[in-house]
Amino acid sequence: MEPRRRLPWALGGLAAAVAWIVLYRHLAALAGWVTYALLPLDPRSRLAAAVEFFLFEAPKVLMLLVVVVFGVGIIRSFFTPERTRRVLAGRRESAGNVLAALLGTVTPFCSCSAVPLFIGFVTTGVPLGVTFSFLVSAPMVNEVALVLLFGLLGWQVAALYLATGLGIAIIAGWTIGRLHLERHVESWVFQVHAAAGAGDDAQLSWDDRLRAGTDAVADIVGKVWPWVLAGIAVGAGIHGYVPEQFLAGIMGRGAWWSVPLAVAIGIPMYSNAAGIVPVVQALLSKGAALGTVLAFMMAVIALSLPEIIILRKVLRPPLIAVFVGVVGTGILIVGYLFNAIL
Amino acid sequence: MVITVYGPGCARCYETERVVRNVLAELQYDADLQKVSDYQAMAAAGVMATPAVAVDGVIKLSGRIPKREEVKAWLA
Repeated sequence: MEPRRRLPWALGGLAAAVAWIVLYRHLAALAGWVTYALLPLDPRSRLAAAVEFFLFEAPKVLMLLVVVVFGVGIIRSFFTPERTRRVLAGRRESAGNVLAALLGTVTPFCSCSAVPLFIGFVTTGVPLGVTFSFLVSAPMVNEVALVLLFGLLGWQVAALYLATGLGIAIIAGWTIGRLHLERHVESWVFQVHAAAGAGDDAQLSWDDRLRAGTDAVADIVGKVWPWVLAGIAVGAGIHGYVPEQFLAGIMGRGAWWSVPLAVAIGIPMYSNAAGIVPVVQALLSKGAALGTVLAFMMAVIALSLPEIIILRKVLRPPLIAVFVGVVGTGILIVGYLFNAIL
Repeated sequence: MVITVYGPGCARCYETERVVRNVLAELQYDADLQKVSDYQAMAAAGVMATPAVAVDGVIKLSGRIPKREEVKAWLA
């Protein structure tokens, strides 16, 4: 960007930031005003509770999403799959698993690229277990899930999710590495002579990085906003109409079988974090146990039937079974752990 | 000139092919547009994120949909 065009952009950015902060701080008052003064609804009615909940949560979560996705978009412009591969190639296990899980959170990744990425990693010296740490962490620990957990449930839950998600990715990848399952990778994979260091690795300017941030907002927020609204609407419905403690019996911490059931239901389901978190929050507010609900959410976004079908192209069934089994077990343990300590 | 679009058949891959095709049509540029959906070929070319685009065998972009201006810059 030319210097003389920079000032208006900087001032525009500053104005947007101030407007964001002012609006964010007054959202609760605004939602109350619309519900009880503008519409106006009977304060004792269930409808009012649901409407106020929606009018407060929906803009709050969308505003948080815009800011965080913008920031993550800029961070991601520093990481490419090629660069991550170079960092991980030839790494020893353990340290490699930790690094892969961390890089999985910031490297741009989409599950439709899982196969070329898998081949690119394992054929250039990234150990199989380290590759899996990346493949588990990349979808599970994502910025949309963290924003929603932070916005709707508080930073403690978001931090717990981040820590345990990374933990599962590290331990699951390490376990797969220890089991020496290379023979269950389709044999043609290792015959591919993957070209190294190809593509899109140019030095970016700060203008490019800011653009990467706005592109990420347009792309990700543009895609997930209907899910967020639908999820919060469902959440609002449950909030206003389902009695408190309704779910305590079937999803409370007393029901030991609810964690495996939640994981079993969640694994084949395919949804993004945006649609699932508001439902999660509503379930929690009605007496479902936090561990059970987080386990359900992790199972939904970390493992899915479409991804398993895609990975079948490079992994033989025994390795797929181990992958799903190990990650599923990790999620199960996290679910029980939270139910026990919280 | 050979332009190769790498993608296993996801929505973003079709969109990438459409952007490239539109630019070629708009500039009436005569290039050979190829689509590769075979994983082995992708890995051999060094593609780790799809969609990816290569011009005469050199990867220009991967993991996102190109902008029209970017495609024009490759052709220039």
